Amino acid sequence: MATPAAPASGVRNGAGPEWGGFEENIQGGGSAVIDMENMDDTSGSSFEDMGELHQRLREEEVDADAAAAEEEDGEFLGMKGFKGQLSRQVADQMWQAGKRQASRAFSLYANIDILRPYFDVEPAQVRSRLLESMIPIKMVNFPQKVAGELYGPLMLVFTLVAILLHGMKTSDTIIREGTLMGTAIGTCFGYWLGVSSFIYFLAYLCNAQITMLQMLALLGYGLFGHCIVLFITYNIHLHALFYLFWLLVGGLSTLRMVAVLVSRTVGPTQRLLLCGTLAALHMLFLLYLHFAYHKVVEGILDTLEGPNVPPMQRVPRDIPAVLPAAGLPVTVVNATAKAIAATLQSH
Amino acid sequence: MAEAEESPGEQEAGMPRPLFSGLSDISISQDIPVEGEITIPMRARARELDHSTLNESVRHTIMRDLKAVGKKFMHVLYPRKSNALLRDWDLWGPLILCVTLALMLQKSSVDGEKDGGPQFAEVFVVVWFGAVTITLNSKLLGGNISFFQSLCVLGYCILPLTVAMLICRLVLLAGQGPINFMIRLFVVVVMFAWSVIASTAFLADSQPPNRKALAVYPVFLFYFVISWMILTFTP
Repeated sequence: MATPAAPASGVRNGAGPEWGGFEENIQGGGSAVIDMENMDDTSGSSFEDMGELHQRLREEEVDADAAAAEEEDGEFLGMKGFKGQLSRQVADQMWQAGKRQASRAFSLYANIDILRPYFDVEPAQVRSRLLESMIPIKMVNFPQKVAGELYGPLMLVFTLVAILLHGMKTSDTIIREGTLMGTAIGTCFGYWLGVSSFIYFLAYLCNAQITMLQMLALLGYGLFGHCIVLFITYNIHLHALFYLFWLLVGGLSTLRMVAVLVSRTVGPTQRLLLCGTLAALHMLFLLYLHFAYHKVVEGILDTLEGPNVPPMQRVPRDIPAVLPAAGLPVTVVNATAKAIAATLQSH
Repeated sequence: MAEAEESPGEQEAGMPRPLFSGLSDISISQDIPVEGEITIPMRARARELDHSTLNESVRHTIMRDLKAVGKKFMHVLYPRKSNALLRDWDLWGPLILCVTLALMLQKSSVDGEKDGGPQFAEVFVVVWFGAVTITLNSKLLGGNISFFQSLCVLGYCILPLTVAMLICRLVLLAGQGPINFMIRLFVVVVMFAWSVIASTAFLADSQPPNRKALAVYPVFLFYFVISWMILTFTP
């Protein structure tokens, strides 16, 4: 059977789109039907498909004009004109709708995809980085490598939140229920993000070679020491033990961070400024976490029961709501004032 | 079909022709059926459901949703590696559980009026934002689970902890003391382990195999925080 497509291919020379064969044989805008079918497909929500379709339609129009100029048969011109106009309008509408939808979805998902490379870690890597965060490396002549990932630091911040809740709840069950979660989350995230930004700003002033991501990761892993110390000392309430751990574990993780920063800074004054600030903030934060939350409770319990209760025998108990009844603002900053207020209230 | 096959063979030596141009001359013999329905399974079923659920009674609709929720509760209580929770996800169950938990964790004491409000909001916010954080984390780690499927699984797996809350409240009616505390501790720990195992059974398959631990750890922390809120609750 002879192929009727031969004259069509002779005219078009393979320069047009792939639907060339149908166009010549089916009346009434055959390729328009096919184009519409293509549009009705799921490609309405696909950016690339619409762009490709739009491009193809533009190419088709150009080809149609070029072919019409050579072609003497007016029937083909009429068909192409009809197809071009209708399908162009529909294509434009679909293009606009698809573009709007795609840009909305993209702006939603793009925020996640920006962070995706920072979560590309293996459990073995996280484990080794956790252990390395306690081991200072004395190499100050070449910049030490800092892993730029956010999974470990984020998980450590959440773990610190959980440990703080554990510590707060075993001592103080009723009084500050409403703000317990908020205080813990605010403290931990505020420290991680705030101190990282502040040290990054100082690093910018001191001309240190460290990026914001690296600073976030470094400080995040530095919280591992805090987690260990607080976990142990919230369960064993010995002050001497706490001081020992504070110096040892806190000191090691601080030294590690300081060594990294020293290796990336030039000049003794800059090194002193940067590392002194970081060391002071890191060690003081651990002190604050242990004593601020601890002291408030101790103050209240001492007032209510008398000072002869040894610290090891605390169990969850009903503590009458002294402070809210007095209408005093509940903050954990000034423990002495609270103890005094509680004393005054109970008299 | 012999006619169609001849044409490509003839044309091979010639110049390249547009695709599908040989299809126009296929003649179809009578005994091959070309009529029928084009069925796209998902869409057809959705349309069918739309038409048929519009006219049914309200009781019927509610019972159907409740049965779906109940079926998923069963899947959580006896966790097996199944796709039921993932395939037909819904957020009714998590909402019911979250509201129940938040209501039960509210203090009913009179001298703590200020604490009554934030208590409910605190539990609500912890549950939902915790679930959202875990979902984002597992998506960032490369999991191929959708956002709402993950929310659904995490929400449903709070069921054991809600049961633990009920038991704790009943136990607390008998008064407080160290034995009381030990019973409550034991119940909460068992239910916490059950929650973590149930959610792991559903979520673990969606992660790349070597990163399961990374995705399970935040789930562990999430249920730990909820368990701690339940354990330290005193009326």
